[in-house]
Amino acid sequence: MSVIGITFGNTSSSIAVASGDSKVDVIANPDGDRAIPSALSYINSDEYHGNQALSRIIRNPESTVVNFRDFIGKKFSEINDKFSYGAKPQDDNDSIIYQINGEKISVSDLAAKHFKQLKLAAEDYIGKEVEGAVLTVPTNFTEHQREEIIKIAEKAGLKILQLINEPSAALLANLSEDNKLDQDKIYVVGDFGGIRSDGAIISVRGGVMTILSTLHEYGLGGDLLDDSLSEFFAKEFEKKYQVNPRKNNRSLAKLKAESIVVKKTLSNVQTSTCSIESLAEGFDFHTSINRLRYELTARQPLSKMTEFIEKLIEKAGLEPLDIDEVLLVGGSSNTPKLASNISYLFPESTKIVSPSLDSQALDPSELIARGAALQASLIQSFDESEIKESLQPIVVNTQHLNKPIGIKDSEGKFQPILVAETAYPIKKSIEVTNGESSSVVVELYEGKRTIKETVVERQPESEEEEEDDDSDESDEEPEIKKEVVYEVGTKLAELGLNDLKPNAKLEVVVNITQNGVLHLTGRELKQGGQVVKGEITSN
Amino acid sequence: MSSIVLPSGKVDGFKADHKYSTPTRRPIEPVGRYFLAHASRTLRGHTWSEFEKLEAEKNVKQIEKNEDDDLGDEEQSEELLEHDPREWKTANLYAVLGLSHLRWKANEDQIRRAHRKQVLKHHPDKKSASGGLEHDSFFKIIQKAFEIMLDPIKRKQYDSIDTINDPKPPTKSKDYDFFEVWTPIFESESRFSNKQPVPKLGDINSTKDEVDQFYTFWSKFDSWKTFEFKDEDVPDDTANRDHKRYIERKNISNRKKLKQEDNKRVIDLVERAHNEDPRIKLFKEQAKKEKAAKKWDREAGSRKAAEEIAAKKAAEEEAAKKAAEEAAASKANSKKAKEAAKAAKKKNKRNIRNAVKDNGYFGDESKATTIDADVDLLIEKFDDIRLGEVANKVKDQDASSVKQILQDVAKELASAGSIDVSHLKYFN
Ligand SMILES: Nc1ncnc2c1ncn2[C@@H]1O[C@H](COP(=O)(O)OP(=O)(O)OP(=O)(O)O)[C@@H](O)[C@H]1O
Ligand SMILES: [Mg+2]
Repeated sequence: MSVIGITFGNTSSSIAVASGDSKVDVIANPDGDRAIPSALSYINSDEYHGNQALSRIIRNPESTVVNFRDFIGKKFSEINDKFSYGAKPQDDNDSIIYQINGEKISVSDLAAKHFKQLKLAAEDYIGKEVEGAVLTVPTNFTEHQREEIIKIAEKAGLKILQLINEPSAALLANLSEDNKLDQDKIYVVGDFGGIRSDGAIISVRGGVMTILSTLHEYGLGGDLLDDSLSEFFAKEFEKKYQVNPRKNNRSLAKLKAESIVVKKTLSNVQTSTCSIESLAEGFDFHTSINRLRYELTARQPLSKMTEFIEKLIEKAGLEPLDIDEVLLVGGSSNTPKLASNISYLFPESTKIVSPSLDSQALDPSELIARGAALQASLIQSFDESEIKESLQPIVVNTQHLNKPIGIKDSEGKFQPILVAETAYPIKKSIEVTNGESSSVVVELYEGKRTIKETVVERQPESEEEEEDDDSDESDEEPEIKKEVVYEVGTKLAELGLNDLKPNAKLEVVVNITQNGVLHLTGRELKQGGQVVKGEITSN
Repeated sequence: MSSIVLPSGKVDGFKADHKYSTPTRRPIEPVGRYFLAHASRTLRGHTWSEFEKLEAEKNVKQIEKNEDDDLGDEEQSEELLEHDPREWKTANLYAVLGLSHLRWKANEDQIRRAHRKQVLKHHPDKKSASGGLEHDSFFKIIQKAFEIMLDPIKRKQYDSIDTINDPKPPTKSKDYDFFEVWTPIFESESRFSNKQPVPKLGDINSTKDEVDQFYTFWSKFDSWKTFEFKDEDVPDDTANRDHKRYIERKNISNRKKLKQEDNKRVIDLVERAHNEDPRIKLFKEQAKKEKAAKKWDREAGSRKAAEEIAAKKAAEEEAAKKAAEEAAASKANSKKAKEAAKAAKKKNKRNIRNAVKDNGYFGDESKATTIDADVDLLIEKFDDIRLGEVANKVKDQDASSVKQILQDVAKELASAGSIDVSHLKYFN
């Protein structure tokens, strides 16, 4: 049985397949593309898909459809056709249709055809029939949109095993890579696509993910970067030939297509050429641009993307200090400048996962599809009713601790056992000791978040330099390093362990059951050792 | 890990101090193997009561802030909660679903979601679990409302009569802002129009055409309202056929009556708005002004001729007056000049005579009378110009010069034949 993971973006889609040992392959379609443009074009009763469709937008815009994913399950009055570069969506009794070669085609039909093509590409690669798929959607897809997209996929012959959220899929792929799921951390997942940006703050507790907060910005994405480049090239062309290339759609489409190529090239190397045959009035255009110039040109959208991450954290009521890792996802996250800008928002202790900062990082364009494939392989052995049962609200909607719970050590420090946002039921234990004392107390506390500031002595970079510009010296403020430290807050309970030998091995267990009862156990880790227990409940 | 050392102290057994903070119910992400473990842990050996399941759906912290998130959250009034389910038709069915802010605007999706919320809130299982009364009367109304709302025909029937909260026109003769009051009224009535879109009321700057179109549309308003919802229940029993038919007929005629009343209501509404529309007044005034302006234009020809005649007459009068004034002035001037000339002559004559006298008659005082007679004769023969000349010449001259001047003049006059030399006794 083969199951696959699919991500369907407005700009591009990817399919991936996981083998038993959790190795994931992102599948290239017959054109050799792993990021398959979500585009369809109909010319003389032939259907073109992916890049073949996208390239037709220059010559046949009216029969080429792009950027329609977000229209699924929406009414005409609810959508914005700003990014419908090819055929424009039209109002058909408030449902959305396209008029292609004189025929009406609905968004669902288009999406179904797209799914069919993806399925074909997957089967072509695997050599077997695809029996099921895990599909990803943005977190703000409505219930209705989720139902719709499942129907559409099934109409296309794709059985949807499960629908999962894009950021969770991306994080799953990232954490599965080197088994980091069991580390309790708070992640920012920043997904920068073509025509939208999506952010999520996800806590991982005992391997279970919870989305704490999200943010979405429609219109912010790689398209804006393309536009900045297009405008840059247009200006240069105009200067050279005194011809305005923005006047006709075909020139604009050519500019855009080449800008995308240049943009992607500049993610990898420092300079790129740009050549467009017959850009306008028969003039060819050849030039080159370096990364720095591009970054200047696209400064505005790039800084908006950075601000987007700032807003996401703010909206969650958190601070950059609270974030352990930032996972950059989506095609636009390949942009080195974006990754470095974002890294400046965070303290050094926060890790930024992006290919330009971390050569180990997976391709951000592929993360979501990989996660979907992993999930598909995980659940492929379950039958439908089992999956359904696991997705019931009673299973999924779980209680989460508001504050960390832990114990006080002999120095009065708070030692967490369960961190905030841990979902229960949960059971966790830590090993402790009594040191030299024969009687000790296990004091259970809630942690209190504080911010510890430490002044970092600045190392003068070099003696000479300091002498050179002493004007700078007076401006320099001592650098203050901040970190989140939990101190003991409210005391919840205590228990005593007495008559112990020095340095005995002890264990403290905290177990919160489904109904919210917290069982605290302290015990001696030896045959027939003492055990003390008690329980408390929540407010 | 084992490096954590517990604080020393002597406590016997376990002591609870405090409850831990209220947890937050959030959906976890159903992905990854740890989730699967969580699911099987949660499900293993458990059967969940309906109530527990409902609980798990409730109060879940929603991350995606949809504008519709608090859909159905509105509280029902005590009265509504106590409503007799047999009389469900008289309950405000949108309020029952917690949708009274949307009413006819609620779409199917919103209705479903709001209904779901009501079920969670008012499910009889839940009520009994929370120690409430075991009664499901309100729940029955919820289900009835949901049924009506999802059936397009029944919903139309209900929407037709759900007008209690529609905006109403103000009491007459009260001062009010026309647009503020009427815009929502027409907007709300628009929903009943068979023809869509319905023209909007507009504002004070709307053109006459727009306003005319608006009233034309509304004066022919064609509404889809239908009044089945007000029907009296038709008895089920087949035994009493006549009674059944009677009720049916009564219902039909009642519907017709209500429909007529409603049509009349719209006509009155439109008429009143038209009467009180400040734009209509404005257009009337404007029309009046335009008419006056047209009349003015029409009479322009004759008015112009009359104006020209009047102007000509005025000009002529003016000219005549001016001429008269000038004549008078010049007349006055010549008189003055004559008088001045006379005075000048006199003065000149006197000056000449005096010049002779003052110079002692040129030493011939004995002949003074003769000389005076000759001077007088000469002076009489001088014209005005010569008089002036001579008077000027003799002025301040000595005796011989004066004598010479006069002799020369005499000679001149004689040669000109204007004086008879014989008449001159001295200057000859
Ligand atoms: N190597 C690269 N460097 C820079 N940008 C890239 C690179 N590869 C892809 N992109 C850009 O990423 C964007 C597409 O990203 P992605 O495939 O994640 O979008 P999507 O999720 O399909 O679209 P959307 O966000 O519009 O729904 C495009 O603007 C594309 O040009
Ligand atoms: Mg995306």
